[in-house]
Amino acid sequence: MAINWFKYSAPSTFYGLAGKLIPWFSWPAAALFAVGLYIGFFVAPTDAIQSEAYRIIFIHVPASILSMFLYLIMAGYAALGLIFKTRLSAMMASALAPTGALFAFISLWTGALWGKPMWGAWWVWDARLTSELILLFLYLGFIALQASIEDPRRADKASALLAIVGSVNVPIIYYSVQWWNTLHQGATIKMTGTSMHVAMQQSMFTVLVACWLYAIAVGLSRVRSIILEREANTQWVKELKEVRE
Amino acid sequence: MTPRQKRLTWILVGVGLVAAAVGLVLFALKNNVSLYFTPTQVYNKEAPQARNFRIGGMVEEGSVQRQKDGLTVHFKITDTTNAMEVVYKGILPDLFKEGKGVVAQGKLNADNVFEAEEVLAKHDENYMPPEAMDAINKAKQAEAKAAATK
Repeated sequence: MAINWFKYSAPSTFYGLAGKLIPWFSWPAAALFAVGLYIGFFVAPTDAIQSEAYRIIFIHVPASILSMFLYLIMAGYAALGLIFKTRLSAMMASALAPTGALFAFISLWTGALWGKPMWGAWWVWDARLTSELILLFLYLGFIALQASIEDPRRADKASALLAIVGSVNVPIIYYSVQWWNTLHQGATIKMTGTSMHVAMQQSMFTVLVACWLYAIAVGLSRVRSIILEREANTQWVKELKEVRE
Repeated sequence: MTPRQKRLTWILVGVGLVAAAVGLVLFALKNNVSLYFTPTQVYNKEAPQARNFRIGGMVEEGSVQRQKDGLTVHFKITDTTNAMEVVYKGILPDLFKEGKGVVAQGKLNADNVFEAEEVLAKHDENYMPPEAMDAINKAKQAEAKAAATK
């Protein structure tokens, strides 16, 4: 049986589907956050070099990974919106931007808190830190551009272009520690394996999955609001139970 | 081509061009994007002469000497090929250690000694409990001993 994907690309059908999906992501996210942070703070051993301060890695790394992936997904939706002219894609892109900006901010913030005791500086202008800062500005620029244009269709088009062009930055962030001399460490998790204790990995990956589920849940709930806002004048919205009440 | 394919092509070509342009810019600015120069680059006079720059590498084993005032430190930064003499007056970060990564900002003086204004510690990507570190160190020592007795 083939699923008709285009059925769910209509905002009116997706609105209901998203509402049903949200709890399936939000509750597991909360549970996995708790488990992951418990492992991180109570099970994972002290680090030989950085002692306890390294534990911020359990938030810093998942947030950084999410900030980069969400940008690519956002740019992907923006491109779909431009190419196929599907309204929902553009709405998904705008729904993901604030969450991506949040993760980019958390990444920079926890990084600064970690950098001061370990490196001796809150901030250095090395390639990794600078490109991640640019990522935060791209998110904020996307949100600002969207908000500054009255007509939603034109706003979608303009911000989609910004999102797509900005995606060039993501591989730069990822490879910055290889391409240039940086103060930031190289990759701990590599294709060839990892140089990290098992309990530390468990905590980091559990929080990473939790962040993914959180991002999906929040993205879906935000896209529901955007759908309601943009389709406020349509018949199906007026007939919704929650709108009539 | 349908309008859809046309739009897709435009986007792909556009992203490709932007990526190429950014790539060329970053390649041209390679030395500016890198946070620090290695001692070898300094020896080859690739580092700026009259102004501040950063130098990075490992603190050479056995090179750290503290002066009596308790603040001034002499050490060498090495990239295993070349080593650079560094003098720094100030508080060092906790992770500053012989054989570990370091980045110093400052200037070369007339005697080709690097006068640092700021010293930052660089840590590596390995995370392990202290026991594992001890085990690795012991194994290394045993290996070195075996090599010495041969």
